[in-house]
Amino acid sequence: MLNILNNFIPILNSSSDTGMGVPKVPLGDLIESIINYLTDNFSSVTKSVSVVMRSGIESLNSVIDMVHPVLFIIVVTLLVLYISRKRIALFTAIGLLFIWNLGLWYETTNTLTLVIISTLLSLIVGVPLGIAAALNKRFNRIIVPVLDFMQTMPAFVYLIPAIPFFGLGAVSAVFTTVIFAMPPTIRLTCLGIEQVPVELTEAAESFGATGAQTLLKVQLPVAMPTVMAGINQTIMLSLSMVVIAAMIGAGGLGAEVWKAIQRLKPGMGFEAGIAVVILAIILDRITKNISFRKNEKNKF
Amino acid sequence: MIKLKIQNLYKIFGPHPQRAMKMINSGKSKKEILDKTGCAVGVAGVSFEVNEGEILVIMGLSGSGKSTLVRCINRLFEPTSGKITVDNDEITSMDKKSLREVRRNKFAMVFQRFALLPHRTVLENVFFGLEIQSADKDDMKQRSMEALDLVGLKGWEDYYPAQLSGGMQQRVGLARALAVEPDILLMDEAFSALDPLIRSDLQDELLSLQSRVQKTIIFITHDLDEALKIGDRIVLMKDGKVVQIGTPEEILLNPETEYVERFVENVNMTRILTAKDVMVRPVKVTHPKDGPRSALRAMKEKGSSSCCVQDRNRKFLGIVRSEQARKLVDEGCTSLESVIEPYEKNKVSPDTPLQEILPIIIDASYPVAVVDESNVLLGVIVTGSVLAGLVEGGVDSNAHATDWNNGGV
Repeated sequence: MLNILNNFIPILNSSSDTGMGVPKVPLGDLIESIINYLTDNFSSVTKSVSVVMRSGIESLNSVIDMVHPVLFIIVVTLLVLYISRKRIALFTAIGLLFIWNLGLWYETTNTLTLVIISTLLSLIVGVPLGIAAALNKRFNRIIVPVLDFMQTMPAFVYLIPAIPFFGLGAVSAVFTTVIFAMPPTIRLTCLGIEQVPVELTEAAESFGATGAQTLLKVQLPVAMPTVMAGINQTIMLSLSMVVIAAMIGAGGLGAEVWKAIQRLKPGMGFEAGIAVVILAIILDRITKNISFRKNEKNKF
Repeated sequence: MIKLKIQNLYKIFGPHPQRAMKMINSGKSKKEILDKTGCAVGVAGVSFEVNEGEILVIMGLSGSGKSTLVRCINRLFEPTSGKITVDNDEITSMDKKSLREVRRNKFAMVFQRFALLPHRTVLENVFFGLEIQSADKDDMKQRSMEALDLVGLKGWEDYYPAQLSGGMQQRVGLARALAVEPDILLMDEAFSALDPLIRSDLQDELLSLQSRVQKTIIFITHDLDEALKIGDRIVLMKDGKVVQIGTPEEILLNPETEYVERFVENVNMTRILTAKDVMVRPVKVTHPKDGPRSALRAMKEKGSSSCCVQDRNRKFLGIVRSEQARKLVDEGCTSLESVIEPYEKNKVSPDTPLQEILPIIIDASYPVAVVDESNVLLGVIVTGSVLAGLVEGGVDSNAHATDWNNGGV
């Protein structure tokens, strides 16, 4: 940590004048020196993580791409038919066929891979954090401002420091996407558990349930609809961030949009945009209907 | 036998429980303590015992600490100080593990808002307590079905709670509690969220269930009628303290403080008082020892227009009216035999509630006789004694019938 301070002190002395009469607070310089310090010391670790993740993403991607579009469309449509309604299954089939027709199939599956991986990572990290925030008041007080920060900081800003840690490409994209998309999962998991009626947890405790039994048999199942709403939000945010992450080489549909911007080709941008919208609607309906079906059983 | 014992229990919520305890002991009010220390007093020095197999009702208005008290018993709330023992095991000093064991084996709780799990079927809800104990699956299902049968919900096991009415949901709550075969049932305002008719049904069912299963039941309520109906004994609470402990009758007839008196003053006494509470000493003669002349004298002495007749073994024979006794005297007859009216219709036992006596007494122009099971005359009930009973919560059974009427009897 001394490094940071050493870098920081000369900066303080040589602050530039902003016309305010007061020297500029060197916030940006501070952040840079922190990130420099971290990259100097930890980039070897993050780079090796990056290698592992990259191969994971690539292999998942190649698995999906190995499947012929027709087979893929049939499988996904049947899946949607099973968990959702006919209308949505029909939309799924037509939408995916249209994407294929636009010649954006591989870009779409590429984006889908990134969304799936980012969402899974968000859930693996986010759900336990949400549970911890619900059960521990002190942790809750710490994490809420952090989440506010994560969500309000413009998403582009995360892109920059990701590169020195993970290099250009899909891994950086996943990293920034997880940071950007995880907060709703944490928040809504926490909220869902907090909203479980006190009498229900009391009932579990009064029958001699352990903390883990109460959590698994009462709190999480009762909170499930809210948790699912959070997961749905996380998927939607992942999709939007994965597109933005094309700027640091994420590939997929975002890359098509990015190319269209650089070449000033509105038609090409619109085509890629439509593909994103179709993907978003399919993912949204699938996840919403999972939680809907769970609720349906309890109503008459 | 004493099942559960609570000694000097305190529960104070807030940052400075010790300071608040000192203030309680120096007689400060709840509000003063809240203002000065920011602590809310839940339970303040409560002691009582619960006998095995009885229904003990803890009654008080909202904020009296009754729900806090019941949660202290199984330590859902950690008591601030005091001692709770069940079967000689001290609950208050137990570590978490043994506390869990006690909760699993000795207690079961029924909640005001049912507290059923919405994502589980009725059957799955009922075996929840057994599942927590990691019971054998088949055994678990069988015991749960038995419990459901006990509360009259056979055939509903695959429904979800939201598909059931409030009354049925609470039966599920009751079945869930009974399924773990607890020693002690804690019922926190269990029927308060139900509408009056359903509530009354469930009260009756609880009583009949209790006669079969014989649990120790601690029942919380704010409803005095409910307390009187189902309680073997009642603990009346106010501001976290016990105001009076006693049988329903003791509380009604001998309120110890003005608060209890005010509390019970609106009770429908006709449901509480029984024949023995409102009966008075009869005007009576013994047949065949006493003839019409002594009967007439007895009636004249007490200003009554009729008198009861018993035989030498004090068995009740019937009544004699004054005008008929006079006729016998005028005729020179010495036996009452011919004018004794058998009185089958107007005879009641000492435990008959006043509610059932009222219609009889309104119809009859002569007193209602109170006899025990071997037909011995214990007393009579007249309109005046009923009124006095309602006003004063019972009458002195040594008082005389004519103390309340002007010769009308």
